[in-house]
Parts: sequence; C-alpha cells; structure tokens
Amino acid sequence: MNQRPAIDLADLPTFGHGPRSPTWWGTLGFMALEGMGFALAAGAYLYLATLWPNWRLSAPAPNHWPGTIVTLLLVVSLVPNHMLNRYAKQCAMGPVRIGMVVMSLLGLAPLIVRWFEFPALNIYWDTNAYGSMIWVLLGLHTTHLITDVGDTIVLTVLMFTRHGYSGRRFGDVGDNVFYWDFVVLTWIPIYLLIYWVPRLG
Amino acid sequence: MKRLASIAFATAMALFLQGCAGWQSALDPKGPAASELAWLIWFFTGLCAVVWVLVMAALAVPLMMRSRQHAEPLTLDASSDNRKLRVVMTAVGLTAVILVGLTLLSFFANRTLAAIGSDAALTIRVTGHQWWWEVRYEDATPSRILTTANEIHIPAGEPVRLLLTSTDVIHSFWVPSLSGKLDLIPGRMNVLDIKADKPGVYRGQCAEFCGAQHANMGTFIIAEPRAKFDAWWNDQLQPAAAPTSDEAKAGGELFLKRPCVMCHKIGGTPAGGTVAPDLTHIASRQTLAAGTLTMSRGNLAAWIADPQGVKPGAHMPVVDLSGDELNAIVAYLEALK
Amino acid sequence: MSSADLTSERDLPPEREASARGDIAPERDGPRDTGMDDASLHRWLARTWRTPPGIIGALSSVDHKVIARRYLITAFLFLCLGGLNAVAMRIQLSGPQRGLIGPDLYNQLFTMHGVTMMFLFAVPIVQATGIYLVPLMVGTRNIAFPRLNAFGYWVYVSGGLFAWVSFALSMAPDVGWFAYVPLSGPEFGPGKRADVWAQMITYTEVSSLAVAVATIVTVLKQRAPGMSLDKIPLYVWALLVTSFVVVFAMPAVMITSTFLILDRLVGTHIFNPAEGGDALLFQHLFWFFGHPEVYIIFLPATGMVSSIIPAFARRPAFGHLGLVLSLIAVGFLSFGLWVHHMFATGLPKLGASFFTASSMLIAIPNGVQIFCWLATLWDGRPVIRTPLLFVFGFFFTFVIGGLTGVMLASVPLDLQVHDTYFVVAHFHYVLIGGSVFPLLGAAYFWFPKITGRMMSERLGRWHFWLALVGFNAAFFPMHIVGLWGMPRRVYTYPAELGWENINLFISAGAVLFFLSFVLFAFNLVHGALRGTPAGDNPWDAGTLEWATSSPPPSYNFARIPVVTNVEPLWAERVALPVASGLRVDARELIISTVAEAHPDIREKSATPSIWPLLAAIAVGATFLYSIFTPWAIVWGAAPIAVTLVGWFWPKGDPEDEE
Repeated sequence: MNQRPAIDLADLPTFGHGPRSPTWWGTLGFMALEGMGFALAAGAYLYLATLWPNWRLSAPAPNHWPGTIVTLLLVVSLVPNHMLNRYAKQCAMGPVRIGMVVMSLLGLAPLIVRWFEFPALNIYWDTNAYGSMIWVLLGLHTTHLITDVGDTIVLTVLMFTRHGYSGRRFGDVGDNVFYWDFVVLTWIPIYLLIYWVPRLG
Repeated sequence: MKRLASIAFATAMALFLQGCAGWQSALDPKGPAASELAWLIWFFTGLCAVVWVLVMAALAVPLMMRSRQHAEPLTLDASSDNRKLRVVMTAVGLTAVILVGLTLLSFFANRTLAAIGSDAALTIRVTGHQWWWEVRYEDATPSRILTTANEIHIPAGEPVRLLLTSTDVIHSFWVPSLSGKLDLIPGRMNVLDIKADKPGVYRGQCAEFCGAQHANMGTFIIAEPRAKFDAWWNDQLQPAAAPTSDEAKAGGELFLKRPCVMCHKIGGTPAGGTVAPDLTHIASRQTLAAGTLTMSRGNLAAWIADPQGVKPGAHMPVVDLSGDELNAIVAYLEALK
Repeated sequence: MSSADLTSERDLPPEREASARGDIAPERDGPRDTGMDDASLHRWLARTWRTPPGIIGALSSVDHKVIARRYLITAFLFLCLGGLNAVAMRIQLSGPQRGLIGPDLYNQLFTMHGVTMMFLFAVPIVQATGIYLVPLMVGTRNIAFPRLNAFGYWVYVSGGLFAWVSFALSMAPDVGWFAYVPLSGPEFGPGKRADVWAQMITYTEVSSLAVAVATIVTVLKQRAPGMSLDKIPLYVWALLVTSFVVVFAMPAVMITSTFLILDRLVGTHIFNPAEGGDALLFQHLFWFFGHPEVYIIFLPATGMVSSIIPAFARRPAFGHLGLVLSLIAVGFLSFGLWVHHMFATGLPKLGASFFTASSMLIAIPNGVQIFCWLATLWDGRPVIRTPLLFVFGFFFTFVIGGLTGVMLASVPLDLQVHDTYFVVAHFHYVLIGGSVFPLLGAAYFWFPKITGRMMSERLGRWHFWLALVGFNAAFFPMHIVGLWGMPRRVYTYPAELGWENINLFISAGAVLFFLSFVLFAFNLVHGALRGTPAGDNPWDAGTLEWATSSPPPSYNFARIPVVTNVEPLWAERVALPVASGLRVDARELIISTVAEAHPDIREKSATPSIWPLLAAIAVGATFLYSIFTPWAIVWGAAPIAVTLVGWFWPKGDPEDEE
C-alpha cells in the first residue's frame, strides 16, 4: 500500500543497557520461569513436610556449615557484582575486565564449597523423600550456579578479545550481573528450607 | 446334572444382564446419593441448554439482518454501541447470578451427600488391586471379619461405609446408580458412604486408569434384605466346602500342589495366598475375574486355561495343566459355594 | 507527527565517552533507507535478510516466517498422526468386546493421542501461528531472539520424533497423557515407556518456553512506533497473555516429569508414600500446569476470533478494553482451578468447594468475551466467508463445552462424570470447539497472507459443514454414554451394558470428522498450487500484517509502519505513515519502549546460524541417552556447552559488532 514518511530514526543509538535492551527482558523471562521452577520445588518440599508430622523422617540433621559458607560467599559477591554493573554501564573496558575476572573467581569459589555441601546433608537422595527433596533443591540450584559460572567465564574471555569493544557486549555484562543476582537471591530461601526450616518443628 | 445347572445359571445370568441395560447408569439412580446427583445433573443440563439456546439466538440475530455493513469500518454509531454495552453488561450480570446460584446449589448438594452415611453401622474396607477388588467386612469380633472379592453384598435400605485404599496404583470406585466415584490411593484412606434403596444388583467399575486391564475391573454391589444379608455373611464365614466327588477331591489336591496356592486363599485348606482374590466361596459369586466372565463351569475352565487370552496383561499366570487336571480343578472350584 | 514526539530523547553520555576512550569501537555506518527509491531498497533488504541458499542455509534459517511455516506443517502432520490414533481407537470401540486392538496397544494409542494432540499439535500450532503473525502484526522485521526461536523448532520436531519412533518400537508411554504415579512410577511402570513420557515432556516444553519468551519480548520491545498498549491488536494481546501463562505453567510440568524421571532413574522417593513421598503431589504439580495448559491452547484461539470477526463484521471489535481485561483475567484465574481435576481424590470438602467457586468464576471473563464478539456482529449482516463460518462453528460448539465445564466445576456433579466419556466429550468440545474451529477459520483467513493465494471458498464451505456435523456426531453422544456409566480409557466394554449402538454411532461420526480433515488437506494443497492470487489484503482487514505483500518478504516491511490506530490500515486508507533512517546493509529493527512504543534503539537482529540446530541435537541426544543412564547429563554437558558457545560467540558480522 502507499506509504508516506512520518518519522526519521537515523539518530537512534544502536544499543542500550538494562530494561531498554530486549536481552534484559529475555533474561527476566528466563528468570521468571526458572524462579517458578524453584518455587514449585520448594512448594513440593513444604507440601511433603506438612504432610508428614515427623518431617525429616528420622534422618540426621544436616551440617549447615558448608551451606552457610556458600551463602556468605554468594552474599559477599553481590558487592563486586554491582560495582561491575556500574562499570558496564559506563562501558569502561579496564574495570569491566577486572570485574569479570573477579566474578568468575567468585563464582567458582561457592561451587567448590558446594562440592562439600552434598555430603554434609548427611543423607542420600534414595534414602527417603526428605533426602530426595533436599538433594533436588540443592541440585537445582547447583545447575544454575554451574551454568551461570560457565557463562561468566565465556563472557570474561570474550571481553579480552576484539569482540569486547562493543556496546552490546557491555550490555551482556550488565545482563550477566542481573542473572548472578538471581542466582544469589534464589539461594537464600533454599538455604533456609534445607538447613533451618526443619529445625523449627 | 451339574453341567445342566451351570448352563441354566449362565443363561439366567445372561437374560438378567440383557434385561438390565442401564444398570450402571448415573441417570438411573437406585440410592439417595445417586438420586440427588441425577437431579443435579438434570437441573444443570436444563439450565445450560437454556443458556446455549439464548447464545445461539444472539448469534442468529446478525444473520437475519437485511442491512449490510457501513462501507467505512471506523465510522461507528455511538448510540448503538451504548445500547450494546447495556445488553452486554446485563448478560454478564445474569451470568454472574447464575454462577453464584449454581455454586450454592452444588455446595448444598454436597452437604446432603455428606449426611447420607452419618449413621452407617456397617464398615467395609475395599482395597484396589490390579485388576480386582479386595473386600473386607470389618467387625469388632475378629472371627466375624470376612474377606471376599469383587462383589460387595450390602443390606438394602441401610447406609454402608466404604473405606477405600489401594496397595498398588490409583483406582477409583464407582457404582453410578448408587453414588459418585472416589479414588483408592496407596498410602491414603478415603471414605465413601453408599446406600441402596431397594434390593438389586448394581454394577460398577474402576474409573481411574490403572493399567492394562483397567477396562475389566468391574464390581457389583448386591443389595439384599437384612436377613438375607446376615445369612450370606454367616455362610461366607464358613470354611470352604469339602469336595465330595473324586474329581473334585483330586482337584483340591492339585490346587495345593500347583502355583495356585501361592496367590489364592481357600479357607479351611492350607492355601493362604493373599495377593489374589480369596476363593473360599468363589462359586457363590456371579462373575469371574472382576466382572470379566459370568460364573460357569466353562468360563472357569477358560479363565484357568488361558487367563492371558481372557484378560491380557492380568497378573494371573498360565499354569500348565492337562485336560484332566483342568477339569478336576474346575470341579473343585465350582463346588466352593 | 514529528519525529521528536516518537524518538526517545534520552542522551547517552557514557557511551559517547566510552567511544572517545576507545572502549567501544566506533559505529561503522552503512547505507540508510532514508530517501532511497523503492527498487534499491527492496534489493538491499532482500540481500541483507535472506535465508542463505542450500541445505546448510535452510537449516540455518532464523526467519520467523520460515520457522513458523515449518512449525505449522510439522504440527499439522502430528495432528494427522494423532487423528489416526483416534480413528484406530474408535474402530476398536465401535462394538463390544472387539478384538482388533489389545490393551497393550490401546493404552499406547490413547496415551500417544493425548500427548500428540496436547504437546505436539495444540500448543505448538498456536505458538507457531504466533511466531508467524506476531512480528507482522506489531510491525517488526523478525521475532526477538530469532536463533532461540529456531532452536525451539528443532527441539520440538526432534522431541516429537522421539515420541513417535518410540511408538513404532512399541516403547511408547502407556500410562495416559497425565501419567499418574504410581502407575508410571518405578514399581508399576516397568520398561522404558514412562521414561519416554517424562523426558519427551521435559524436552519439548523447552521449545514452548523458548517461544514464549521470544514472543513476550517481541510484543513488549519490538512494536512499531506509536503502537502504545491501547493500540496492540487483540490477537497479539492473546499471544502475550498466553506466553506469560506458558512461562508460569510449563515449569510445573517440567518439574513433575523431572521428579518422575528421578524416582524412576536414580531411586528418589518423591512420589513414594512408603518412604515419605506422596502420590497426590504428582497430581497437584501436574494440574498446576494442566489447567493453564487448556488456556494456553484456548487463549490464542480467542485472539484469532477477535481478528476474524472485525474483518467480516466490518467494524473494530466491540469492547476492546473489556476483551483485553478478560484475557488477562483468564490468564490469572487459570492458575486457581487445578484442583477441580482432583475432586475424586477425596480432598477436604471445604477446600474443594473453594475450587468450585474459582472454576465458576472463570466463566465470567469468558462470558464477557463471548458477549463482546456477539455485540461486534450485531452491526449489520456480516460478510459470510469460510473463516467466519468456522467462527460460528466455534460459538456453536465451544459454548456447549463451556457449559459442561460449569457442570464439571460442581464438586458433587463432577463425582459422577469425572473420568467418564462425559469428560472426554467436554474437553473435546472445549479444545476442538474452542481452539481447532478458530484455528481452521484462521487457516482460511491467513492462508492468503502466508502463500499469496486464496483457498477455495466452495470446498471451504463443504469442509465446514462436514467438520461441524462429524464433530458433533462423534462427540455429543459421548456425554450420554458417559452418564450411562462408561469410563474413559477402556479398551473394550461388555455387551450387556447397552453401549454398543451409541458407540457405533460415535465411531461413524469420528470417521466423518477425520474425513473433513482430508478435505481440508486437499484444500490446502489445492490452494497453495492453484488458488487465485490474493493480493496484499484480500479481506480488507485492518491490522499491520495486511500492509505488506502476500507472502511477506524476508524483511516483512520495507519501511517500518508508524501506528496511529488499533486498526491502522482502516485509519490510514490513503497512505501508511512509515519510519525511515534504518540501515539497509545490516539487519536493523526498531526497539521501542514498553508502554508507549517510542522508538528507542536501532538494534541488529541475529543472522542465520547452524548452531541452534547443533545445540538442539546435543540437548536432544542428552535427553534421549538419559532414559538409560543418569550419567548422560554428565557426558552431554560438554557438547551442549560447546554448541552454546558456538551459538553466542560473535562471528564478526556487522550484526554482532555493534
């Protein structure tokens, strides 16, 4: 059909940070659906815990220390994470590179402690439903931890190549920061569910 | 003579069954719960039919119109749209009123149903198995506790409490002419109260898909006058009748030597298996294999000789028997009245 | 309208500084479309946006229309397979005690029928329609995350093949499409059949989620300048709400199937009551997905109805705002009804009554939609063409399904009809009446856009009447036989129950209904090859997909339209206002603000890539292998990681670099 020019968009920028960028919204969408998965797994845990009056089903209490150390590491990592976000917004290559290296290391650290967290649960997944549920919750979070750390490392490498000198890449760093926040925040309720909620009863 | 009797019985059963098309129907209620539900079904259906006709009439309106649309789709008649808004709002309001009414109606119907079994004196535990029903009559006196299968005798006119559970997968107990259905779930116990107004045989079947033979998991509620019911219970408490003929005696011995004894119980004999139906009084039951076959000598033989042909996937294994052995076992079982 | 009204005025000092520092490579500029003559513009854009030639090129395509066409054809093939399942079952049930099909095969047949229709036909086809139409309707050049979208297709088609190859090997699930435990659990579901169900569900839902996220972002961020929230077409609203429902519902089924595979594969006890688990937990989790699933299938169909009615009633939809709010309300309420699938499990009475009320409540927004559509039609005699006929068929059948749904919402009444043929009738009236009839209407309506040719109107009318009569003959008597006591999922029934005549009638209706699809398939092929050329806008409809040629070029719009009305083509009869200033040598499209759709960024859309296919192969192989050993997850991690890095690693194209 016939057309008439109405506006000219030649001056628009070619990338944007945060909610201006579609990638941010895509990340938010995946967080929503993964968050829903966490919520349902936690809901299933609570459902079984209220169904059985003797919850923990006479299993020994877990040793919470590895989990507590993971929690502390994750919470501490939020500080450099948000500094990194600021540098990414400024598109400052030097600090962003340092920040990405730091965040890769701060991602690996809780992953190493996580290795000791599974035996500290003091029960196997096939002992009873309580064991199954806490292994599932911990496994679900560990999967997210592994994938996000992997993603962070790949992006870190990318920032040291010529591909890093791009506004879009700084946007990716911002989204990576955003997702790490999600990984940390989803951990807190799971930590409480695994280590502290059964002690309430 | 015996053969003649069993043929007569089978024929009678067949005629009886023919005459009773609809004996598993929610629309042919034979008890207070099913009557309440049938009324509810008809009321909802009637109301829904009226609503549907009204909607279809509203849809027919534009088809009756002579006038074509205005050529320019964006020029709308504001006053006509206002009229439509009023109509739409009214329709939405009416919908809401109807829905509130139906919600209240079903709430009160639920209360009526809950009250039916409040004074049940008889408690029967029904356990679902792939693919048959274990029926246990509870009693304060342990010696009066009775276990049978697939057919549930109840006193007519009295509420009866059924405790429903399962040892394997989920089943659902449903005798539509008496009551709605309720699931039998492993690890849980459900309570269903039923009452038959008059004596009669009411068929039901498993209503939750439970595997290969879900289709052949029938059950019968046999409502009888109280005296007849009591007599039945007393009969069933007796140990199995001792075989009289030589053939039946041989069959009884064979039964104990063959794998049959691993799964089935026959009271008064060493056969004490519990994973399959209790056969102490099997010949007193009207059907075989949970409503799959009518009880007859021929069907007993067919079922034992080829269970996987009659009910593919059933847990009853094929037992290698010669023709004589088969006849002997059938003779033994068919005497277990 | 001046450009200042629409362009974002936010300045970007940090980026400018970064450019000056050298932290961002300076933007390489290319030729723009401003003032370019039409012929050169088409030449440039066709070269920039084309799908590369050859097999590798075809497998690398990221064009939403190419992907959607593949989705549509694949979903139609699965519909035919699922329909053949149904016909086989109806032949077996046409008489009592028929020995044609034994229980082992029959149980696989109805499971495959359900799984295929729900997961491989209904959800994919409504999403595929959205993949095709949403970018066109919002006036953009490709869907958001086009590679993710391509990945979604490969996952879907391989998941479907996985299920059907299993069926060919007699390894198909035989536990029903909702696969209740313990029947599907480790103790009572021997072999690999239930594993196939669990892994196939988890795997194919990845595709559904990917499409949902892509659709949401396309609608929120890629709308044409000026398409503020109040000017979004109703179909796009429907897809947006549906995608949100997918995002919050599909994780539930993935969690359910994952728990099941864990119980089966590594010995967890989540659903095992003997070790502290619970069988009903499975049902709660499954139906938390399962009920919204119905609306995932139904809501896009309402969007189709909302597109077809205005085009033939020759006016915008009556009560646009009411329709949008109803969609949103239905989306929310769909999460509050799941327990009405579980009334027969013996839940506490008061809790069950609450779900009666909530199930009744959802009838109100659905009623609002029905009344608004009827009011739209009341402006005069509508133009009666095949798409509108199918919308009438939708009213005729869906209203019955909705009303029997009200019956099922009542706890006591449900206890009589639950798990009987009454329920089978109900949900076929809802799903076929509520979704397939609008889909068939939509097929006639948008076929000219997709192929450039019209389908035969005469065959269309035959098709409509055959489908309507066949459908009702097949499914209406099921209500009755259900009330007569016939449970669903039985491979046979005794002769003495008096169900044989009605079942024979049902089977005849089913065959008739199947034949209507044969006629439809013929009409599709005939239309594609011999149909009369359609032109850009054969129905004189008002939304943006009709502003471009039929079929649309790879870049959808030579110039991005500027939207001034909810029916932009009706408002701008003389000339469509368009935007300029985009590069023609790179895949630029406009990112706009969420609420007002102010143009904000000229972003590059992804180029074709083979990596999504490779990633889908890696993920699919891992899932397939995982039904045999849990170590598959460990072995599969490496190829998955490699393919994902390959996918996201920049290749040095202009699209990647800026």
